[in-house]
Amino acid sequence: MYYVANIMRSKGDPKIVRSGPSSIEPADRLARRLGWFSIGLGAMEVLASRRITRALGMRGSEGLVRAYGFRELFSGVMSLSVDKRAGMWSRVAGDGLDAATLLSGFRYDNPKKHNVALALLMVGGIAFLDYKAVQQTVARSPRRGGGRRLYADRSGFPKGLEAARSSAKNLLGRAAVGAS
Amino acid sequence: MRALVWHGKEDIRCDTVTDPEIEDPRDAIVKVTSCAICGSDLHLFHNFIPGMLPGDIMGHEMMGEVVEVGHGMDGKLKKGDRIVVPFTIVCGQCEQCRRGNFSVCETTNRKRHLANKVFGHTTAGLFGYTHLTGGYPGGQAEYLRVPFADTTHIKIPDAVSDEQALFLGDIFPTGWQAAAQCDIEPTDTVAIWGCGPVGQMAIRSALLLGANQVIAIDCVPERLSMAEAGGATTINFESESVAERLNEFTDGKGPEKCIDATGMEAHVMASQPDTLLDRAKQMLMLESDRPHVLREMIYVCRPCGVISIPGVYSGLSDHVPMGALMNKGLTVRSGQTHVNRWTDDLLRRIEEGQVDPSFVITHTVDLAQGPEMYKVFRDKRDSCVKVVLKP
Repeated sequence: MYYVANIMRSKGDPKIVRSGPSSIEPADRLARRLGWFSIGLGAMEVLASRRITRALGMRGSEGLVRAYGFRELFSGVMSLSVDKRAGMWSRVAGDGLDAATLLSGFRYDNPKKHNVALALLMVGGIAFLDYKAVQQTVARSPRRGGGRRLYADRSGFPKGLEAARSSAKNLLGRAAVGAS
Repeated sequence: MRALVWHGKEDIRCDTVTDPEIEDPRDAIVKVTSCAICGSDLHLFHNFIPGMLPGDIMGHEMMGEVVEVGHGMDGKLKKGDRIVVPFTIVCGQCEQCRRGNFSVCETTNRKRHLANKVFGHTTAGLFGYTHLTGGYPGGQAEYLRVPFADTTHIKIPDAVSDEQALFLGDIFPTGWQAAAQCDIEPTDTVAIWGCGPVGQMAIRSALLLGANQVIAIDCVPERLSMAEAGGATTINFESESVAERLNEFTDGKGPEKCIDATGMEAHVMASQPDTLLDRAKQMLMLESDRPHVLREMIYVCRPCGVISIPGVYSGLSDHVPMGALMNKGLTVRSGQTHVNRWTDDLLRRIEEGQVDPSFVITHTVDLAQGPEMYKVFRDKRDSCVKVVLKP
């Protein structure tokens, strides 16, 4: 990509010699990976819902799995966006729903209950990563409460606010006289 | 040299890059002494503006000392001159430049075929911005090549400090143009959405241009306090209804002049469902901008008023109430800033002590801290309003 990008530049434009540390933090990378995982899982749930329900011994729940697929897709898109924290929270909530649904299929009379147990284990592991990403991803909104600096002394008018107002009035007055 | 380089969404790095070289007789090389992170850099940081490529150097607010010039300067610029570099690159010769419409210079966008396709016509080349505007390397770097340098500069006298002069290259004339294109009259109420750096400059400009009342709208206490210090009455949109408060201040008639200093990334709030919908559509690439402020301005503006838009919009905005706009007879004025149209007057005002734009600086750090400061500025952490970087 850098090679292609450099073709777009002119001879005198600077080119990268050595790259420095990135503004992307490990939590951001984790969120991105989970976002792509969400999109992959979501696509699978939408496209192969019948195979999933068969593997889990939960036939008849194809519609629900497809709906969860769309939810995963949306969570994935959100996790890849700049609002990744919201995406991560939606994934955590989704993990809860997934776990509850899987638990309903974890019955003695389900011949595929071992697969359900395996899926539950995976959901638990992913939920741990999702929650870790939520905790580590910095909130986009500024901190509430104390520790703020207020800038009530920064008028930007070295001669004071009133002097600025009166100079503007004088200017407008002169302009009005000039116009008449 | 060191430079802040765009590598992808939210990925800025302080890289070592090759030094810029003179390519054209009208080029100059500037040793950057101060540069700043602009609100519109955040749109690039978030990858909301199309046409960025990995390896692009960021930054369009910079100043420094001329260290090398091409042989086509005609004495207009020489080694040792101290200059602010306007973010718009201007040829000074085309029809638009001769009319003073510098931000739509017909010559300087070296990738004008892209702009022609996307915008219908080319606009000026810009530093440190998308390849739609030329993809020129920016000034968050130790050195900068300035194309068309004989016309793309503002000479700064020694008596004016870097901090006082730096913002002549973008945010001060941007705020000034936003107010000037409102044609402010002495009885006018001017409402300004967004108290970031451009909003702060627009507040001071509206006051200096004689507005009767300036009302500033934001939700960040630091920024509201700075707006109040500049003579504005404030509205915190998280705790108050903007429309109701504006009607209170204007006897139910609405402000005559409205300025959108927010642009395409309006605040998203559960109490404003349109912002949630815009955000969802933006994520799904069904809409490029979040025009909540534009909608609100059209709704609250007094009939036959003026809507001025210095805030950056990149592409397509949904559900803009054209019916209200048309029936109320509103005038919309917008555009990237014609920097050089305003800078002589603004520099004089700074020299005379009428105004000192350095009030907006809250953080001054080394260039190497730039990648971190993008996030601090974006998240408004540490009461951050404006970051100046020292290469």
